[in-house]
Amino acid sequence: MSRACASAAAGTIGDNPEPTPLAGPPPQGWSRWSGCSRGWDHRGITDRHDTPPPGPGALPSGAAPAAPGPAGAARSGGVAARPDPEATPGGAPGSAGDGPWGWAGGPGPFGPWTGPGWRGRHHWRSGHHHSAGAGHRPLQRSSQDRFLGGVAGGLSERLGIDATVIRIGLVLLALVSGVGVVAYVVAWLVLPLAGGNGAIALRAVADRRGLVLALAFVPALAATLVIGADLDAGFLAPLGWASFVSAAGLVLVWRNAEPDELAWLHQVLDPVVHLGSGPPPALRALAVRIAIGLVLLVGGLALVAFGHTTTAVLRPVGGALLILAAVVVLFGPWWLRLGRNLIDERQARLRAEDRADMASRVHDSVLQTLALIQRSADNPQRVVQLARAQERELRAWLFEGQVPGAIGQGATTLVAGMQVIAGEVEAAHRVTVEVVTVGDCPLDDDLRALLEAAREATVNAAKWSGAPVVSLFSEVEPGRVSVFVRDRGTGFDPVAVADDRRGVAESIRARMQRHGGRATLRTAPGEGTEVELTLARREERA
Amino acid sequence: MNGAPPSGDGPRPRVFLVDDHHLFRVGVRAELGDSVEVVGEADEVAAAIELIGERRPDVVLLDVHLPDGGGQAILQAVRPVHPEVRFLALSVSDAPEDVIAVIRAGARGYVTKTISGTELVDAVRRVSEGDAVFSPRLAGFVLDAFADMPDQAQLAASFDPELDLLSPRERQVLRLIARGYTYKEVARELSISAKTVESHVSAVLRKLQLSTRHQLTRWAAERRLV
Repeated sequence: MSRACASAAAGTIGDNPEPTPLAGPPPQGWSRWSGCSRGWDHRGITDRHDTPPPGPGALPSGAAPAAPGPAGAARSGGVAARPDPEATPGGAPGSAGDGPWGWAGGPGPFGPWTGPGWRGRHHWRSGHHHSAGAGHRPLQRSSQDRFLGGVAGGLSERLGIDATVIRIGLVLLALVSGVGVVAYVVAWLVLPLAGGNGAIALRAVADRRGLVLALAFVPALAATLVIGADLDAGFLAPLGWASFVSAAGLVLVWRNAEPDELAWLHQVLDPVVHLGSGPPPALRALAVRIAIGLVLLVGGLALVAFGHTTTAVLRPVGGALLILAAVVVLFGPWWLRLGRNLIDERQARLRAEDRADMASRVHDSVLQTLALIQRSADNPQRVVQLARAQERELRAWLFEGQVPGAIGQGATTLVAGMQVIAGEVEAAHRVTVEVVTVGDCPLDDDLRALLEAAREATVNAAKWSGAPVVSLFSEVEPGRVSVFVRDRGTGFDPVAVADDRRGVAESIRARMQRHGGRATLRTAPGEGTEVELTLARREERA
Repeated sequence: MNGAPPSGDGPRPRVFLVDDHHLFRVGVRAELGDSVEVVGEADEVAAAIELIGERRPDVVLLDVHLPDGGGQAILQAVRPVHPEVRFLALSVSDAPEDVIAVIRAGARGYVTKTISGTELVDAVRRVSEGDAVFSPRLAGFVLDAFADMPDQAQLAASFDPELDLLSPRERQVLRLIARGYTYKEVARELSISAKTVESHVSAVLRKLQLSTRHQLTRWAAERRLV
């Protein structure tokens, strides 16, 4: 894709319609621009076109700044060239070609996020220059795909590697040497957040108190180094440095992140420090937990580290157990919370399904009856009869737990259920319902839902089509069950049906979907209506 | 409804009614109206056999359920002597074995008594012209009877795919008829001519009458017809 962009860019360098200021705060659209980086699509492209990002690459007429090679030009042209057919939608997200090197290609102004940390990466940038060819966007932390700081997400967008792979790599790096943690924290500091207001490091350098706090870790570092030297434990030195840099960096991040990001971090970290939805626990409890965890962790690490110098085989095992205990103490509550969230979510979904189920039942029974009563207003006897029948049904539902519209208290097979539907609809609506069935099978919950949807379709046909006959056809095949409800009545324009008419949408379509089936409606004014309901057959139904 | 308008050209079909319900015969007469010429009616088997042989109608509208052996008895008595007389079965019966048995005994079609007057006239006209008339219900029965057999192997000896299996197209046609489509609508749906639909249906009728599929023979055997 990068090559496609670059070559297309060559021809369209002059096409960039909107010369933008050389430098300055990014326009509001910037966040949108960067937000679209996952999966190119042409709509996103238009957006980008509307709001070219600032920077030297956007120089008018493609006058590439001092950038060697086509990089800068390619970026400026690249913006205009995105609708290139080869820039397939959904192509490798952020594949090489939209990184910082391309469009911050020279020693010119880098844009507002250019900070000390940023400048330090210059060699890296130009190193990629030759292979990447054209770039369009700076490396930045992702605001969409992030677990903590969005570094992995940003890298993934930039490199086209799956974020999970990057995350696993970072964790492995962290486990092996601590370098992963340091690299992550540094990247967090120096990379701007997509849609944000520059790198955290830019503000951190002005945060005196933060710097002092960070320096407060120096004694700890010194102590670690001394202990490491004393115990002849060489591994403690890099570990100490890594911890120091990470801790200091995190303090600075915490103090200087933008409000939005802080809110996000609170949300992520809240489960760690605050379990449940009650009031936050006393800070002391938290401190105790962390202290215990740390002691266990350090003890475990020490045992593992020194275990092999003795003959006691059990010591490394004990150490590992201690580390595990530490991890559990530190993160257990968080995991519990996550699990609880998942359960809550599941329950909410179940409740929503229950509600939808109930809504369609009420629609099928009460609302249908009310509609019938309205249509029978000139026939008092029938109104009374309908009202009494509905009252009985409603009472049975509310007080005796008999689900209204449940097909086949008596029927146990599909064909019997079809006959029940036909009988009911013929009695209530004075139409003829022709039932044709091919094959039969026992009813289960899904098939009952299929029948309820079929009845709804039949009732609709009886009520609205004006046709004297409604055809009901069911077929049981080895792989599926299908039911067709057809009338030769007036038909209607499905698009024109108002949203509050719940029949087709809720009682038929959604009901079928909830049970893994499908409803297809074929109708047009004057053409009659046919509703097709299909349900894949489970093995045990055979 | 299925094709030519009721009062079309050509001679009016001569129709004979066999039904043991007087009211029903009156109703059918009224519904058929002037589109056909009703040449006689009977309410029991023996009288029907005699009168049909005497008046030679084009089409006999035959109630499946009659005392003294039902419609099959009439079919078996009349067809060897007067093969030119065609039968259209008419019934409220839901039992597939009754319907299939009547078809296998030689009826050219089967419609339910709920059929509308115009549709009935059209069905009579079709049968008089030698076509087969499949109501949705009959189509469903046939699909059922010719369903995929799990035990094809055990039938291998007498199995004749020409007779014992429906072609995919025939299945499509029958399925649409079973869903309530008229021949015309079937033709439009499948982008074929109405004539082709009729030939498919006739082919199915032939298979239905000649096949020895065990479902068919079992049904027939139960009615002591084969």
